[in-house]
Amino acid sequence: MTIPVKKKPVKGPVVSPAGSDPHVLLRVISKFLIPLIALFAFYVQFHGEYGPGGGFQAGVILAVSVILYALIFGLNEAKRAFPPWLVRVGMTLGVLLYGGTGVVAWLMGGEFLNYSVLFPDPIDGQHYGIIAIEVGVLTTVTSVMIAFFYAFGSRQPQIEDGEW
Amino acid sequence: MILAAEISPAIPTILLDVCLLSLLVVTAFAIVRMRSLFAIVMLQGVYSLVAAAWFVTLDAVDVAFTEAAVGAGVSTVLMLSAMLLADRKSTPVPKGRQWGALAVVLIAGAAMLFAVPDLPAYGSATSPANAYVGTDYLAKTAKEVDIPNVVTAVLSSYRGYDTFGEVVVIFAAGLGVLLLLGLNGNAGRYQAEVRGRKLSETSAPTGTAERDGTASAELSTREVEVAKTQSGPPSVTELEP
Repeated sequence: MTIPVKKKPVKGPVVSPAGSDPHVLLRVISKFLIPLIALFAFYVQFHGEYGPGGGFQAGVILAVSVILYALIFGLNEAKRAFPPWLVRVGMTLGVLLYGGTGVVAWLMGGEFLNYSVLFPDPIDGQHYGIIAIEVGVLTTVTSVMIAFFYAFGSRQPQIEDGEW
Repeated sequence: MILAAEISPAIPTILLDVCLLSLLVVTAFAIVRMRSLFAIVMLQGVYSLVAAAWFVTLDAVDVAFTEAAVGAGVSTVLMLSAMLLADRKSTPVPKGRQWGALAVVLIAGAAMLFAVPDLPAYGSATSPANAYVGTDYLAKTAKEVDIPNVVTAVLSSYRGYDTFGEVVVIFAAGLGVLLLLGLNGNAGRYQAEVRGRKLSETSAPTGTAERDGTASAELSTREVEVAKTQSGPPSVTELEP
């Protein structure tokens, strides 16, 4: 899956002049696209109460931006950008944030996950409660998707271009 | 959906539905007929994208969004990376097992067709989805939650328990994968060439090293068995006379 940065001569049908990088177009376009994809993820996240979207979709899109980076620039580069310890922490933190919001609502006299009691105004409570749990969903989904990719991607041999 | 209706209400969206559904069927048959797993994974992405387009014509934009992001986007990549740990081609299924699968599909399909008359009509106002608690959500969201997208209100507030369960399921899936495979392979401590193929430095040991171990283990047990059988008969012959 990862494309080696220093390319060895490949046996396949890839035709490229000596010393040039056949993936230069991919690299340039991805460098331009990856920030936009991440930005779109946050748009989906925080615009979810007005349009379609929410934590699940935003989390997947944010994970895709990291996965695309890993596909183009290699797994090790991606692990420097989004380190594995962050994946482990993020997975747990998202669930804790979601459950914690419920417990806080519980401690403040409401039912579990009843956000109306979080603030004096029930409408405010609903708004901030929904934002909190959606951030929890985003964190968990992003981390788990990246964890899947790291877990599978770290175990496989380098794929040469000719093999496809 | 909205665009199509605005441009020409004369074109019924059912035509669009039929086109998209037949595309789904064609893609499904192509997936069944193919042997190259790479092409199959790509076609699964195509299937998800067409399904997402169909969900949009059904006005289920949130579901369509999820299907496009998860089904066509990330699961294609995850399937590819999982495929790289396994084979690149699927082996043909023997004829005998194909008949069994066909029988299962036919029976299940017949049962579904049998259930079709019980379904509510397409877009029916009295269908269960539109009748009971759904009307309450639509009526009360404006004054209880006060956000424009009712789907978000239902998902995160009214059905917060369900969504919490979903997040826990995703967390459990991630935990399972990490426990089985590890996040780092073996954290870059292993470097080897397996059957002439160079493993990346973060790859876990697979292939010859383990296989040699098991092979030698098998060999040793076989030797022990051989030794036993060789030592066995003489004792019997000793007993017989």
